[in-house]
Amino acid sequence: MAENKGIMVYGELIDGKISSIATELLGCGRRLADELKEDLLCILVGDKLGDAPKQAVAYGADKVYTAEDPLLKEYQTDSYVAVMEKAAKDLSPRIILFGQTSVGRDLAPRLAFRLGTSLSMDCMELSIDPGTKLLHQTRSVYGGNARATFTSETFPQMATVRQKAMSPLAPDESRKGEVTPIKVELDPAKIRTKVLETVKEEVVGVKLEDAQAIVAGGRGIGGPDGFKQLEELAKVLKGAVGASRPPCDNKWVPDTMQIGLTGKIVTPELYIAVGLSGASQHLAGCSSAKNIVAINKDPEANIYKEARFGVVGDWKQILPAFTEKVKELLAG
Amino acid sequence: MPLNMIVCCKQVLDPEAPPASFKIDPSTNKVIPPPGVPPVVSPFDEQAVEAALRIKDQQGGKITVLSLGNNLLRDVVKKPLSMGADELILLEDEAFEGGDSWSIANALATAIKKIGEYDLIFCGRQAADWDAGQVGTGIAEILGIPSVTVAKKVEATDGKAKVERVIADGYQVIEVTLPALITVSNELGEARYATLKGIMAASKKQPTVWKPADIGLESSQVGTAGRRAKLLKLFQPVKEGKCEILEADTPAEAGTKLAVKLREAKVI
Repeated sequence: MAENKGIMVYGELIDGKISSIATELLGCGRRLADELKEDLLCILVGDKLGDAPKQAVAYGADKVYTAEDPLLKEYQTDSYVAVMEKAAKDLSPRIILFGQTSVGRDLAPRLAFRLGTSLSMDCMELSIDPGTKLLHQTRSVYGGNARATFTSETFPQMATVRQKAMSPLAPDESRKGEVTPIKVELDPAKIRTKVLETVKEEVVGVKLEDAQAIVAGGRGIGGPDGFKQLEELAKVLKGAVGASRPPCDNKWVPDTMQIGLTGKIVTPELYIAVGLSGASQHLAGCSSAKNIVAINKDPEANIYKEARFGVVGDWKQILPAFTEKVKELLAG
Repeated sequence: MPLNMIVCCKQVLDPEAPPASFKIDPSTNKVIPPPGVPPVVSPFDEQAVEAALRIKDQQGGKITVLSLGNNLLRDVVKKPLSMGADELILLEDEAFEGGDSWSIANALATAIKKIGEYDLIFCGRQAADWDAGQVGTGIAEILGIPSVTVAKKVEATDGKAKVERVIADGYQVIEVTLPALITVSNELGEARYATLKGIMAASKKQPTVWKPADIGLESSQVGTAGRRAKLLKLFQPVKEGKCEILEADTPAEAGTKLAVKLREAKVI
C-alpha cells in the first residue's frame, strides 16, 4: 500500500468558480505542504469545471485533479463520497482538508467513516507537529466556551476548516501546476438521494459574510419590528443586519440571518450587538470581528467580555440617538 | 403508513449554563460540571425527537430512543418518553465513557443493528458538548444507509422521505430512499414540552440497559479504548482587553457619546 503523502484540499466550487473557502484552504495547505516538503493537491468535483483548475494552481496547488461528470452537477452525498473515496485511495494523501460549509459538513464525516479514519470539524488552527509529523487540529467545543486540540494516527488525517480562519495566498497566474482528470464511474442507481428543489433566500444589499459593518440583534429586540431600527443603522453604515439564534427561532427574522456556531461566521470591521447577551454559541460566529460594540440592559451580559465599547441600558432609548449621531458624523 | 423510528439522544452538561460557570480541570482534560446545574438532553437531539414525533402524529409509528453514556440520569434520558416517544434503550456502562465520534457511532450503530427494524433514524446535527457533528453521518455509513444532514423539515411517504435541508442562503428539498438517517437542526422549530400524561407514562417505563457484551462489542472497542482521535488539550482561550463603557445622564446621551467615541477611535 502506498505511503500517505501530500496535502489534499477539496476545492469547493460556487457557481463554477473556486470558492473563497477553497482559496483559504489552499493558503493553509500550502503552508502545511511546505513544512512537510510534500505536494499540495487540489481536487475539483462537478460538471464543466471551466477555469477552476487554473485558479486552483494560481492559488497554490501543485497538482489539480478533476472529476467531471453530468451526474456531479449538484452536490449529493453518495456520488461525491464515491469520487472522494476513489481519489483518497488512488492518491493516498497524508491530509485531506474541507471547508466547514454545507457540503463539507456532509461530505467530510461520511468520507472519514468510509475510509475508517478520524476527522476534526470546524478547525480554527492546523499545525504539523515537527516530531511526529502529525496534524494537530484545534477546534471550538462546548458551544464555543472552550477549544480542543486533537490529533490522530489514522490516515488520511482529515479536517474541515472554519471559513475565514485561514488566509489565501495572493493568486499568481504564472504558477505552474499539473492538471489530471480522474476517471469517474458512477452508477446512478447507487445515488440514493434526489435534489427536488433549491430555494434561495433573496439577499438585499450586502451579504453578511462580506459585510464590513454588521448590526446584530438578539432576544432583547423583542420582535420583528425592532429589527427595522437595526436595518436603518446598517444602511447608514453600508452594512448588513444579522441576528443571534433566538430571533431566528422565534421567526422574527429569517434563519439565514443567524450568526453563530451553527449559523454564519462573520469577520467585519465593526459588529454592533444590540439586545444580545453574547452566549458562547453566538460569539463563535462573531468573535473575529475587529471591533465589537455592545448595547444591552444587563451590565453582566457576556457580550461585554468580548466588546471593545459599550453602553448599558435600554436599546430602544439608546439606538435612535446613536444612529442619528452616526449619520451626522459620517455626513460631515 | 406507520413508521419505525429510532432517535439517538445524548445527555450533556447544560449548554445554557452561564459562560462564567464553565471551568476545565487541566489535569484530566475534562469540564467540571457546574454545581447546581443538572445535565440535559442535548438540544439538537430534542429537536430530533420532535421531528420523529411530528411524523408519528401524522402517520403513526413507534419511536425508540437510544442513549449512550455512564451514570445516565433517568430524569434526563426519560425526557423524550415524556414528550411522546415509546421506548428507551440505554447503552450504559463505564466502558462507554470518553468515546470520540468513531467509537460512539460504532456502538450506536451496533445497538441499532440489534434493534433490527427501522425506517428512519434521527440524530441532532451536533452534540452540545463536543460539537463534533459526525456521529449521525457515521452511524449511517456503518449501517450502509443514506443520510441527509441539517434538516429543518421531514415528511415520509411510500418508502421515501422528503427533507428540507438547510444551506447557507436558503434550503434544498431532498428526496431520500428509506431506511435513512437524518440529522436535525434548530430551524425545525421548538421541541414540544413534556405533557403531564407523558411524564406519568414515562415514569412507569423502565429503560432496557445494554452493556458492550449485550451488543457483541468488547470493552476495547468502545468508549476511550475505541477512539481514533486523540485529545491533546482542552483549554479556554485567554480573553484580553476590557470593554470601555460609555456613561451619561440619559440613555440617549450615552448613545450619542458612543457614536462620538467610535468616530474618535476611527471605528466608523
